[in-house]
Amino acid sequence: MADLSTNFLGIKSPNPFWLASAPPTDKEVNVRRAFEAGWGGVVWKTLGEDPPVVNVNGPRYATLWSQDRRVIGFNNIELISDRPLQVNLDEIRRVKRDFPDRAMIVSLMVPVNEESWKNILARVADTGADGVELNFGCPHGMSERGMGSAVGQVPEYIQQVTEWCKQHTKLPVIVKLTPNITDVRYPARAAKNGGADAVSLINTINSVMGVDLDRMTMSPVTDGLGSHGGYCGPAVKPIALNMVAEIARDTATAGLPISGIGGITTWRDAAEFIAMGCGTVQVCTAAMVYGFKIVQDLCSGLSNFMDEKGYASLADFQGRAVPTVKNWNQLNLNYVEKAVIHQDSCIKCGRCHVVCEDTSHQAIFATKNGQRHFEVNDAECVGCNLCVSICPVPGTITMRALQPGETDARTGRVIDGSYANWTTHPNNPMRSGCV
Amino acid sequence: MDHADLKSGRLAPDDYARNFSDAHPPLNRSQALIEAERCYYCYAAPCQTACPTGIDIPAFIQRVAQDNVRGAAEAILTANPLGGMCARVCPTEVLCEQACVRNTHETKPVEIGMLQRYAVEGFMASPAKPLFERAPATGRRVAVVGAGPAGLAAAHGLARRGHEVTLFDAAPKLGGLNEYGLATYKVAGGFAQREIDWLLSIGGITPKLNCRLGRDITLDGLLAAHDAVFLGLGLAGVNALGIAEPQLPGLRNAVDFIAELRQSAPEIVPVGRKVVVIGGGMTAVDAAVQSRLLGAEQVTMVYRRGPDGLSASTHEQHWAQTNGVTIRCWARPLSVEAAGGVLRGMRFAATRLEGGKLVDTGEQFFLEADMVLRAIGQTYPAEPAGSAIELQGGRIKTDEHYRTSVDRVWAGGDCRFGGRDLTVEAVEHGKRAAESIHARLTEAAHG
Repeated sequence: MADLSTNFLGIKSPNPFWLASAPPTDKEVNVRRAFEAGWGGVVWKTLGEDPPVVNVNGPRYATLWSQDRRVIGFNNIELISDRPLQVNLDEIRRVKRDFPDRAMIVSLMVPVNEESWKNILARVADTGADGVELNFGCPHGMSERGMGSAVGQVPEYIQQVTEWCKQHTKLPVIVKLTPNITDVRYPARAAKNGGADAVSLINTINSVMGVDLDRMTMSPVTDGLGSHGGYCGPAVKPIALNMVAEIARDTATAGLPISGIGGITTWRDAAEFIAMGCGTVQVCTAAMVYGFKIVQDLCSGLSNFMDEKGYASLADFQGRAVPTVKNWNQLNLNYVEKAVIHQDSCIKCGRCHVVCEDTSHQAIFATKNGQRHFEVNDAECVGCNLCVSICPVPGTITMRALQPGETDARTGRVIDGSYANWTTHPNNPMRSGCV
Repeated sequence: MDHADLKSGRLAPDDYARNFSDAHPPLNRSQALIEAERCYYCYAAPCQTACPTGIDIPAFIQRVAQDNVRGAAEAILTANPLGGMCARVCPTEVLCEQACVRNTHETKPVEIGMLQRYAVEGFMASPAKPLFERAPATGRRVAVVGAGPAGLAAAHGLARRGHEVTLFDAAPKLGGLNEYGLATYKVAGGFAQREIDWLLSIGGITPKLNCRLGRDITLDGLLAAHDAVFLGLGLAGVNALGIAEPQLPGLRNAVDFIAELRQSAPEIVPVGRKVVVIGGGMTAVDAAVQSRLLGAEQVTMVYRRGPDGLSASTHEQHWAQTNGVTIRCWARPLSVEAAGGVLRGMRFAATRLEGGKLVDTGEQFFLEADMVLRAIGQTYPAEPAGSAIELQGGRIKTDEHYRTSVDRVWAGGDCRFGGRDLTVEAVEHGKRAAESIHARLTEAAHG
């Protein structure tokens, strides 16, 4: 059976699944339940200075549902821990003592001055915790007070605070990044320059979940007024995966350990983040939707996947997909795919036809010999994958790569198997060698 | 016993309420939203093609999914003003749902009928402003004879276009088969009349009830007083068994039994302890199942051909069997058995197919019965409309625009030759005939 254990910055955990710093890791009772259920580690909900913050007593969460009420996206306006610092520290100490094999990371957020960070770091180290995560990501509430994403949006602050932390603690320092920026590479470089041992990302995304059309208010509201919250859940996974990939392939940060966060709901999501370079993954929404037991299903799926693929440990496939992420200008413009509709499983709903007809390249016939029949017209198909994306029956439409010697019916060009990208394309006025 | 065991009140009072309530309760909102989400929103959807009235099914289901019940009802009622009744009585498993692409890999199509019912009844529960505006009055007058599905659809289509419609029916209530010819559990909650109330709310339709063609009115008289006439006469005749049928209490037409149940409290409708229903169609099923629901101990449907020939849908057959009705195929009635004026049962000859012809096997059997219901089909009596109307196959012949052989007379529904005797087809006939009549009247106005 595959070995799921991880060693991330010297912090060991029996599996790569950590609960992210969030409501599920707010209290001893929650974290004990999590460890009993099998979570490999937790990032304790962010601690701040006393007196504790105060949360609203109206809705803290809101949800984007699919029609059958599956949670697609989730947002929250909960602040950092609203309990006294010492209560949290005492609980952390007790839980770590009782679960020595699990990773115990403590998330921190204090004002941007060295003394504040120095003080809290000392108190955290005293609990026996394994590491700290600097919360430079929280996008609501705390950012108004100059913390959270207000720090994470300014690379210079990130670097400064990271340097302080590295100076004042021996614990590994993970910097948690906000996605509410234009280019995640800059804050990641700043974290690395400040000496961070790792980055974790993404924190939640600024979001307004909706508008109550009866009351004509944003939604949800607390006594009639609302505030943007942090968006997470399955819907944010592609955004998170891109940001992870950007950091993993940036020469300035390549090799910097990453703890991946963002919509991880299934073992497959987790495996994807690991393949994109992550050493551990952090989960919150899935636990908040299904409860802690889901970690057992995540472990089961990941383990079976690894066995099937012959990966003995996570290191065997960690980062394997990173070299495939490139700038667009590196893509082979000589390569041609065509969609193929498999008639044996086609249910003839015709959606591929109408969307191709209306919104793409008019490349799917709707009839054959007067009968309802959907077939790709290679002479028009540009290989865009829209039909594959919207076909309701898995595997019924697939893409086929034209092989060398075949002719592209659309362009009349014979595939020669050569590689040529935009940098050398004749249509590119900036092409290399262009006089 | 010197009298047949034929009586009402076989059950406890609560049983009647339960037995004759809605056979298939409507979807609630969450069920409807989940079911609506199963619809793939097909291109040129096969379900829409399969619907005789061509309802844009993907559109209405999409609107249900978006919680836009009024919009869903509009999509349905635009194509089919009796979409509510059709949602309840259509044999969807041989129409829209049979065509659902989900059948390819699953056994369960989208429940189009149930979603349609959800949409129409949800809308009718609180209709707010009218869905359809009546066009300015044209001053043209049209007589619609027969207030069943065909006549109602025609009347609605004509009134919408601004024509003045007089809607005649021989019965004391509007609705035709919807009011008199369907099992009570299919139209629980007084739905038939609620639907008619909505339909009449368009305005411009004047009902004339208890008014029978050939008795109180004549086709010539109607033509003299109106610009056009639509005949939606249905099938008023009932086929005889073709054997001696003595006048006996308990030997009656299934359609009369069904109508009595619709117009009375079920606890006062008499039913036999043992019931035999002759026939294999929807009417036979409605009569047989309701006999059971009234407390009959044994109910047997007897059909002269094999199971493949039953015109009741598979769904209806299962419904009958679930309700304890025995379906016996391959038997034809030989004689009604009575003693001292009391019905005792029926004798049957077993049949089989021989070279494509139905023949007796030589076997005979007897089924005891206190009640025998004839349900072997209905006929179109030609006399009331008059001999000028050309017939085909015993029903009114029309062209593709539902025009009869008599100028200014259109016909549709079961009285017209060439259909499958479905409510939804009758609605389509009425709808199309209204379009044709309108074209003719406006052409005349301009000419």
